[in-house]
This record gives sequence, C-alpha cells and structure tokens, in this order.
Amino acid sequence: MIQKIETYTFPRGIHPREGKEFSEKQSIEILPVPAELRLPLSQHIGAPAKLCVAMNDTLEYGQRVAEAGGFVSAPVYASLPGKVKRINFVTMPNGRRVESVVLTVNPDGFDTQTLFDRMLHLKEYKLADFSPEEILKKISNAGLVGQGGAAFPTHVKFTRNAEKPVDTLLLNGCECEPYLTADHRLMLEMPDTVVAGARFAAKAVGAKKVKICIEANKPDALEKMAEAVERWEKSKEADEAEIEVARMKTKYPQGGEKQLIYAALGRKVPLGKLPMDVGAAVMNVGTSVSTAMAVLYDQPLTHRVVTVTGAGIARPSNLFVPIGTPISVLIEHCGGLQNAQRVLMGGPMMGFAVGSLEIPVTKGTSGITILTKEEVSKAKETHCIRCGRCVSACPMHLIPNRLMFSARAKNWDVFKEHYPLACIECGCCAFSCPAKIPIVQLIRVGKMELARQKNAK
Amino acid sequence: MGNFEVTSSPHLSRDHRSTSLMMFQVVLALFPTIIMSVAVFHAYAVFQLAICVLTCCASEWIFETFHKKYWTLSDNSAIVTGLILGLSLPWNAPWYVAVTASIVGIGIGKTAYGGLGYNIFNPAMVGRAFAMISFATVMGGAAYQYHGDELSGIVTQATPMTMYKSEIKVDVETTGVTSLDLLKKGFVSVHNGSLGEASGIAILLGGIYLICRKNGGWRTTLGMLATVFIMGMLTSPNENALYFGLFYLTNGAVLFGAFFIATDPVTNPITPMGRWYFGIGVGFLTMIFRLFSGYPEGVMFAVLLMNALTPLLNQVTIPKPFGYQKA
Repeated sequence: MIQKIETYTFPRGIHPREGKEFSEKQSIEILPVPAELRLPLSQHIGAPAKLCVAMNDTLEYGQRVAEAGGFVSAPVYASLPGKVKRINFVTMPNGRRVESVVLTVNPDGFDTQTLFDRMLHLKEYKLADFSPEEILKKISNAGLVGQGGAAFPTHVKFTRNAEKPVDTLLLNGCECEPYLTADHRLMLEMPDTVVAGARFAAKAVGAKKVKICIEANKPDALEKMAEAVERWEKSKEADEAEIEVARMKTKYPQGGEKQLIYAALGRKVPLGKLPMDVGAAVMNVGTSVSTAMAVLYDQPLTHRVVTVTGAGIARPSNLFVPIGTPISVLIEHCGGLQNAQRVLMGGPMMGFAVGSLEIPVTKGTSGITILTKEEVSKAKETHCIRCGRCVSACPMHLIPNRLMFSARAKNWDVFKEHYPLACIECGCCAFSCPAKIPIVQLIRVGKMELARQKNAK
Repeated sequence: MGNFEVTSSPHLSRDHRSTSLMMFQVVLALFPTIIMSVAVFHAYAVFQLAICVLTCCASEWIFETFHKKYWTLSDNSAIVTGLILGLSLPWNAPWYVAVTASIVGIGIGKTAYGGLGYNIFNPAMVGRAFAMISFATVMGGAAYQYHGDELSGIVTQATPMTMYKSEIKVDVETTGVTSLDLLKKGFVSVHNGSLGEASGIAILLGGIYLICRKNGGWRTTLGMLATVFIMGMLTSPNENALYFGLFYLTNGAVLFGAFFIATDPVTNPITPMGRWYFGIGVGFLTMIFRLFSGYPEGVMFAVLLMNALTPLLNQVTIPKPFGYQKA
C-alpha cells in the first residue's frame, strides 16, 4: 500500500527538464550478444580487483575474471563465454586508466533470454531458508556494487555493525537523474524481483523496515510496486521486515543518498559519515534485482539494464546488456547517432561526457545519454551578480558562488572555510546559474587540488 | 565517430534564465511605479526617467569601450540602474542633476569596479549620493514642493517626511488621527516625494512580482521593513505606537528602497543569514538618519553604508552545511 501521507522531500534542489519521455515507454530489450567485451577490473569504489585469468584462457559464462582486492572491493566475472584476447589498460569515463580484460565472445549455447526470464519469474523460495551471513556471502561473491552510479560494493553496506544497527532499508527508486529510465522499467517489469531483493537485503543488514522510495513522476511504478508489496503481504514470513512504498516529490537530487534519507526518515547523515551512522541503508532498485538473483541463483553481476536515450539517438531504448559491452554496440543497436553533440555515461546532471565510444558499460552505468546541440547549454558565461540562485538550489546548504570564486582565484584558505568536502557535486548550482558560470566544475577542480595538497604532505 | 564535446557535468542548464532576463523582470516590476509617477508628475517624470536611462546606457557604453571590457549593455542592467536612479530623484531636479548622477553612478559606481557583478556599492545610490551632496539645494526636502497649478495638488504639499520633520509632528501628537487613516494616506493614496514614491501599492505590486519570480531578496526586504516598523513603534512619542510604525513604514523611500534598492543582488550578501542582517541594518540606519540627522530621509545612505559591510557579512554568516555536526 502506498503511504497516504504527504509526499516526502528535502529542502532546496532543482527541477530540471525530466526528459523521461524518450525512453520511459520502451520495454527492456535484450541486446544481441556483442563480439567483444572489455572488463575493467575497477568498476567500483575501493581497491581494484585482482586479475585471476591469463591470455588465451577460455572462459565460461560467469567465470571469475578477477577477485576482490580487499574488503571494500568486488570481484569481476565473465559476462559472456569467450576467450581472453588481451589484457590492457582502458580509459574510464572519469579519466582513470584501468586494467581490463578484453574478451572475444564465443556465444555458442549462451542464451540471454533464459537469464532474463529468470529475473521476471523467480523460483519459489522461503526467506527463512537463508541466514543473514549466507545472504551477505552470496552478495559479496556475486560482485554486487551499487548500480545507481556510485558503484559502492554492496556487501560492505550490508555488513552488520553492532555499534551502528540499521533499522531501515531504503530502496532507492527515485531515479531523479533526468532522462534515465532503467530503474523505472525494472520496477514496472519485475516488481516482485525488486521486493525479493529488498527482503534479502533487509535480512542481511537486520533492518526492521523497508521503504521503497519512488518519485511522484512515476505513478505507474508506484502502483506496480504497491501491488507487489500487497502480494508479498500474503506470503509474509514471521520476523520479517515490514515493507512499504513511499511517494517522493519529483525533485533533483531526490535520489542523492543524504537527501533521500532526510526526506524519507527525517534523519541527517553527519558530514563525513555513512547512512549506517543514522541507522539507515540505501540500495538502488537495480541492485535489489541483482541481489535477488545472487541469492536465489548464485548468479554473479554480469548483466544490467542501461537506458540509451536523448534526442541524439535514433531509437531511445532500455537495454539488458552484458557488462563490458562497448557503448558503440548499444548506440548502433539503437539506430545510431543523430546530431550528437555530447555522449554521456550516465544522465545529463551527473554523467561523464566521453570522447570515445569504445568505453565499456560497467556495473555502475545506468544510462548513456546522447545530447544534441539544442539540448546542450550554449549561452556565454557572464559575471556573477550574486543573485543567490546557487545558494537556494544547493541541497547541502553551501554557498557555491564563494567556493567557485575562491577556487578560481586559487585562494585555498577561503575555499576551505566554505566546507568544500560537503559538496556532493550534484550540479544544482551550475544548472541554476543565470550567468552560466561552471560553478560545480570549478568546485571539483578545487576539491582535486585539496586532495593533491593532502597527498603531498 | 568521435569528435564529441568532452566537458564536466552538469550538461543541462537554464539557458532562458539569464542575467538579462532577470534584469528585464526588474524593469517589468518597476512598471506600476513608473505609471503612477507619470500619473502624478506628468511630463516631469517622463523626462527625468528618459534622461537617466539614456545617460546610464550611454555611460556604460562609453566607459566599457574605454576599459576594453566585454559588452554588458545587452544585459539590461544599465536600464535598471537608470530607472531606479530616476525614480529616486525629485520630479523637478534639473536635467544636469540626472545626467551627473547617471554618469557618476555608472562610471564610478559600476564600471570602475569592473562592471556588473564587481561593484561594491549600489550604482544608482552612488550617483544619487553624489548629486545630493553636489546639488544640495535642488535635491533637499524643499525641492520637492512646487508652487503653481500646472500639476495636481499633491506636489504643492511638502513630502510626508519633510512635513513630519517640521510641523506635522506636533499635529500628529496632539490630534487623534487613526492608524487606518495613516495607512490610507501613506499607502493607498498618492503623495509627494521622489518619482518612485508616489504610490505604495504600485511598489508592492512590482515587488511581490519579483519575489514570486524568485528574483528578489525577500529576506532583505522583510528585514528592512520589519526593522523600520518596529523602530517606528519604539520611538513613538505617545502611546499610539502602531500609528508611528505605519507612518515610517509607508512613507518616504522605505517601500521603494526595501523592494528595489536594498535588494540589488550584486551589493547584497549572498548568504541567507547575511541578507537578514543586511535588511535589518538598512532599516536600522534609515531610522537613525530619519530620527537624528538633518536629512528627512535616510534610505540612500543606509544602503550605501550597509553595502560597505557586505563582504564582512558574507564572511561571518557562512552557513553550516546540511548534516554539520560540532566536532
């Protein structure tokens, strides 16, 4: 049942063009098996995975390519059967050079459809049959990372800490990033799998309550998820966490971890602390689906749903894609580019613009957005008139224009006084700036400089 | 393939919400006030405003060419400065007063600092202050009065603030005028004063429009109005405190100042707390000038003084971020 109380939200933020209309009506489609895969060993936050295959090795589907390089790390699996062609470095969208395994795909006997159908129709299971430790182990083995974008290893989030018990698991179905619809489609097409994943995750972390948070601009998803929760209520097991659906206000960045926790629970995550510190855990709905698959089928994270969207693509789609597929394959499948100006890994607010289409889809790639000249801002930068729009937009209650000025002037003392490390780089400031100043971009430069200074010491 | 723009996110922005649009909205918001001033002061208002706007735009063009600065005439900010300056002048100030004030306001008040966005003081008020000191006789309280029948009766009266300074104060203390009468007089009906002070309702209309377009510093406005009202009540010579609060609030340049002068974003603090302090400071200083100085009105000097404090206010009011905890 959807909670009847007022729509939840957080203070400040912005209302960008939603852009969901391109792909929200497109059912998830299976991408035909590509000829080659590139599997970066670092697709997550934390230590890179350690390579455990060699040149010319023949790999089966789901065979481990690299092992977790530490506790905060995740293993990488072969998303398709094939042969190791090369082991080299590829440039990731964020500019980092990462060791990767290039796989020549040998699709004989591999059927993506079976994999997909399994997600649609889960086998019968009893939650009581799985212990929290077992669930956590399966999540960790499957190489699960947050699929909303940040790619933080999932098992780390769900490891219980006796001093910081988690009482509520928030399932993040906000998808506040404009244009992207992958999570929306997952909630529409496999709501029961989303609920199953949430049940397992809640059990692993010991949460008493699960809130499925969905923005109000997805009424169909709200409805489908509410129906799934009703079905769950009929087969509810003893001592299980309560599940409910919560309607969130459509506002960017509603799906930001700190904003979501505040909106749904009224708790503020202290600066530099984790959701766990306020008794919450947040999981993306895509990760929830993968959790269900990992627990029930021991299936590693090899595929994910990627939205290919924007006015610059002929046929916007939501694709079920093997991780490691070069984005050129996805674009070609969607009818190719038209008047493309920028190709983004992710959405228009936080996505990375890429210069090459040979970059692979990773565990954290929720979408590929292709913007045309018309959609991209082309206004010239003018002087800051201190209107304060950035201040009223900043969800972290910072003074973006002072950060921007001090970063530009390389006045690091003033920069530090304005809490740069609290910045979540959501881009609300630059979006709302009437003078078109690249505010968040300059703050990023400043933060990098601070990190460099810290490392030099 | 290839040849895509590689830039840092975000990739969307509000192109239509530009600085020039914000300035245009201010011009729109000033329209009710302009219409009322033309209704009361006829051709005098038209001439005064035209001189100010044209001289401001011309000065901006000349000074920027001189400084080899980038072109800012198209952002409408010179028009805003011209209109606000014109509306803050007496209707009968000679043409050279308006011209001098415009040139000084734009030249010294704005472009000398580096143009729009870098000026410390409100350009219109810099120009007006210069004119006020240079041409004291034609800018003082007496200058507002006109003896003749060419204009309506309103301009033959002294301005409310001048009247209060001289004789009315005694009247007010002794006769039983109600607060409602006063509110009507100061707010609903038109009265003498600078061009922009003719009608309180017109100012309010434009001011509220700006705030609704998220284009006004409502904290500054509210802080200033509340301070003037409260100080007016506190300094009341008799028990009729509400009366004096309303008098100070609705007469003179306070309304125009609170909605259009003190809220100039460039010379305002950018922090939310800073804007409160700024508005309260302007209100406080205005009342100090009104009560203790030789001038009948004090909004201009109050704004200029608070402008000087803006960098300091920015520094001491840095807000704590979301989720901040004391170490």
